[in-house]
Amino acid sequence: MSVIYVLLTISISVAVVFFMAFIRSVRAGQYDDAYTPSVRMLFEDELVPPGKENTKVKTEGENQNKDTNQ
Amino acid sequence: MEIEQFRYDNKIVQKFLYATMLWGVVGMLVGLLLAFMFLFPNITDGISWLSFGRLRPLHTNAVIFAFVGNAIFAGVYYSLQRLLKTRMFSDALSSINFWGWQLIIVAAALTLPLGYTTSKEYAELEWPIDLAIAVVWVVFGWNMIGTILKRRQRHLYVAVWFYLATFVTVAVLHIFNSLELPVGALKSYSVYAGVQDALVQWWYGHNAVAFFLTTPFLGLMYYFVPKAANRPVYSYRLSIVHFWSLIFIYIWAGPHHLLYSALPDWAQNLGVVFSVMLIAPSWGGMINGLLTLRGVWDKVRSDATLKFMVVAITGYGMATFEGPMLSLKNVHAIAHFSDWIIAHEHVGALARNGFLTFGMIYLLVPKMFKTTLYSKGLANFHFWIGTLGIVLYALPMYVAGFTQALMWKEFNPDGSLVYGNFLETVSQIIPMYWMRAIGGSLYILGMLIMVYNVVVTIRKGSSVEDELAEAAPHTRVTKRRLDGENFHNW
Ligand code: HEM
Ligand code: HEM
Repeated sequence: MSVIYVLLTISISVAVVFFMAFIRSVRAGQYDDAYTPSVRMLFEDELVPPGKENTKVKTEGENQNKDTNQ
Repeated sequence: MEIEQFRYDNKIVQKFLYATMLWGVVGMLVGLLLAFMFLFPNITDGISWLSFGRLRPLHTNAVIFAFVGNAIFAGVYYSLQRLLKTRMFSDALSSINFWGWQLIIVAAALTLPLGYTTSKEYAELEWPIDLAIAVVWVVFGWNMIGTILKRRQRHLYVAVWFYLATFVTVAVLHIFNSLELPVGALKSYSVYAGVQDALVQWWYGHNAVAFFLTTPFLGLMYYFVPKAANRPVYSYRLSIVHFWSLIFIYIWAGPHHLLYSALPDWAQNLGVVFSVMLIAPSWGGMINGLLTLRGVWDKVRSDATLKFMVVAITGYGMATFEGPMLSLKNVHAIAHFSDWIIAHEHVGALARNGFLTFGMIYLLVPKMFKTTLYSKGLANFHFWIGTLGIVLYALPMYVAGFTQALMWKEFNPDGSLVYGNFLETVSQIIPMYWMRAIGGSLYILGMLIMVYNVVVTIRKGSSVEDELAEAAPHTRVTKRRLDGENFHNW
């Protein structure tokens, strides 16, 4: 079963890489705040070009008509 | 601080979404053909490249690497840009990723029916295609890491960690499992032999499930479920804890595919122990996903996207509860070789991977085409018919699995088998196979309805290929600011 040593070596090396990444990210303060990131990702930063707003309302209206038709 | 403007690349996400739908339909139609072959074993007689043995790997490769694979890329390319507030690192790499992956799929769809196979499950493709996979996968990772390095958001959201783990681990597993000696243009031999080959194969095979079907979808869940519900994830702390515990445990569970085999006992037991431990981080993710919906269950009633996601998360919970049970040797003795395993696999695949992908498509298409979904009614219909399809697929397979297990282990007083002829069990469960075929048909019908709904939605919308956005640049934290702060030990 010599291949087990190959697999152990690979698996442990990968684990060590991840462990170092973990320590580094803790030290870099990635996990100091365990709440804000979950809220931050909800905000959209896409800019809506002016004029688009109108067309959007129109398409929604269209859709409603279609829904009632069905 | 100055606000910078930049453009998100939506075109690449759209392309991956189209590919997801195309290959999803193709791959599952092949699955359906397989399901019908259980009922009419002779339908493709005389056409060697449509025989069961060649179509089965075509099905698994098409649904796992083409359907789920493209869905992963679509979701990652969409969410990574927005989480890191930057365009992808390089448009050229994105393009290579897309076209390279489609070429690989086409190559697989040609070589597998022609009978070119390494005969390693989920790694059937021959060495030239293996090389191509390695290259395209590294391109994907390069693009992702490049994007992370030029990000505008200091914090890496937990989904990004899931994507990173996916990239690193799949690369390692694929490369080491596919080490082979070519003896011709399309023929090679694995460098491992016998039980050693089996161990490497299932170390890979299990982690194909773990790091291709699971971790990327947890990442997608952590992005798309909060977005769809417009709620922060239930516990961000839990998401971090379960990410790190999941990746450290998952890689050791492979031997549960080799219980009662020639593998040394201690290695089998090691696999079992880690498989049982896996229930904790898996359910951590499941519970975190479901609880994210606290307070918005009323939305679930009307919104098809959320419905799909609820079933996806529940399906994940079911498959990951069942998995550790299947790893126990006494349960395994019943389930192994039986249709129970097929049920286990398809609960994970149809409910979790399929439904999360559908939810994502229903969310993204209207967003990227600046319009509303053509028909919510059709989306809801897709949801119900798909759910019915899963139930009709899975439940009969459980019954079939138990029937098989019971009949196979029935002995006469003299010690001989009561059902010595394998076909006796098969003909016993033909009704189950019928139900599976019907369930599969319903599931595919739902998917076709989705494709129609999406096409009409795209027609009435206007595609924004490069979406304008703005964010503040990433500033480095200077040494001075950190003066006097230490690494704190909790
Ligand atoms: C309508 C949809 C589907 C149908 C009708 C279907 C049907 C089948 C059939 C008949 C088999 C062969 C079972 C056997 O050999 O006893 C199979 C195997 C398999 N399918 Fe599907 N399938 C569908 C969707 C999917 C999806 C979406 C995935 C994954 C994302 C998937 C993954 C697999 C895998 C991994 C196997 C091999 C299982 C094993 O070796 O234990 N299938 N499928
Ligand atoms: C904690 C998580 C899980 C554990 C411990 C686990 C464990 C197992 C076990 C013990 C088997 C039986 C192998 C056999 O009898 O040959 C199996 C088969 C399988 N499982 Fe899971 N499972 C888990 C989650 C999942 C999920 C979420 C999926 C899919 C999305 C999945 C897909 C599969 C597939 C494809 C097979 C069939 C492999 C084959 O023989 O071709 N598993 N799993």
